[in-house]
Amino acid sequence: MGLENSIGDGFVATKLEAVINWCRKNSLYPMPMGISCCAIEMMAAAGPRFDIARFGSEVMRFTPRQCDVMIVAGTTTYKMAKVVRKIYDQMPEPKWVIAMGVCTSSGGMYRTYSVVQGIDLFLPVDVYVAGCPPRPDNLLYALMMLQEKVQRGESRGMAPAHIGDFGNHALHQTNTR
Amino acid sequence: MEALNEVLLSKLKIKFGDIAAGYSEFRGELTVIVPKERIVEFCKFLKKEIDPGYDLLADLFGLDMNTAEKRFCVAYNCYSTTSGHRMRIKVFTEESDMKVPTVTGVWSTANWHERETFDMFGIVFEGHPDLRRLYMPEEFEYHPLRKDFPLMGIPGSLDLPSKYEKYGTDDRTDRT
Repeated sequence: MGLENSIGDGFVATKLEAVINWCRKNSLYPMPMGISCCAIEMMAAAGPRFDIARFGSEVMRFTPRQCDVMIVAGTTTYKMAKVVRKIYDQMPEPKWVIAMGVCTSSGGMYRTYSVVQGIDLFLPVDVYVAGCPPRPDNLLYALMMLQEKVQRGESRGMAPAHIGDFGNHALHQTNTR
Repeated sequence: MEALNEVLLSKLKIKFGDIAAGYSEFRGELTVIVPKERIVEFCKFLKKEIDPGYDLLADLFGLDMNTAEKRFCVAYNCYSTTSGHRMRIKVFTEESDMKVPTVTGVWSTANWHERETFDMFGIVFEGHPDLRRLYMPEEFEYHPLRKDFPLMGIPGSLDLPSKYEKYGTDDRTDRT
């Protein structure tokens, strides 16, 4: 390939974190937390037409222990919130969360007693996706934005020591309060 | 009044006398108001002794009339699978006495319907085999479909996991 031809027997100097994050961002395994209708669009994004495999995220794992990013797709009720949180807790670090659709992002049209008005009340969310439901394109764009975030070494869901000292960590700020 | 309803009503009047007095008809469907003490007997009669019997309980639900007297109502939608005929039964209950006898012995499908009605309105179905909440968490203290329940709920009545800490314990007996 081109790279070997131009470098030959030489070497590339970079930071280890940059390489690790580059690996991470191109193999984000999603946890398909499909709670309601947004899950249909999530499945469409995984299908051949939109093909989430182009971004290295085709491996939908149905066990949280093998996942990197949780895609919360659907209306989250108070009763379900505990289950979602428990599954999130079982994911190994580093981990990220995509809030897919308005219901997960803000409660959406369900302004009612039983629906959590945004999953960021109990989960650290990295990327929000608008739409009811969002098209698969929107989800793919959210994944691309998340990849940028991963490359920068940012995650809202874990301690900065686990991913390298990047200083500007949201959780870090909360803990020192 | 439709002929079939008239026949049905005359049978009910023979069996139950005065209790079939509170009735009305709308678009060919009969609605009978029954005192709650006799609801089980009434339903049994409808299912077993009327021909063709109302063998399917299509729905059972509560109503909050928001009145000082006879505030709550339980409605039964009955359907006959042989004749395709429908009828409705209504039972009224006071806010001070929220007990209505269960009809799970007549139609077993009433089990979950009554649990839902209990969850949403707080109507206690006496003799129900397993009267737990159906939708809301079991520790929830209110009944959300009552008219005096605020739309956004009562703050603090439903707990949420913390954003920055692990939820629950690592103890395997602690399951949600």
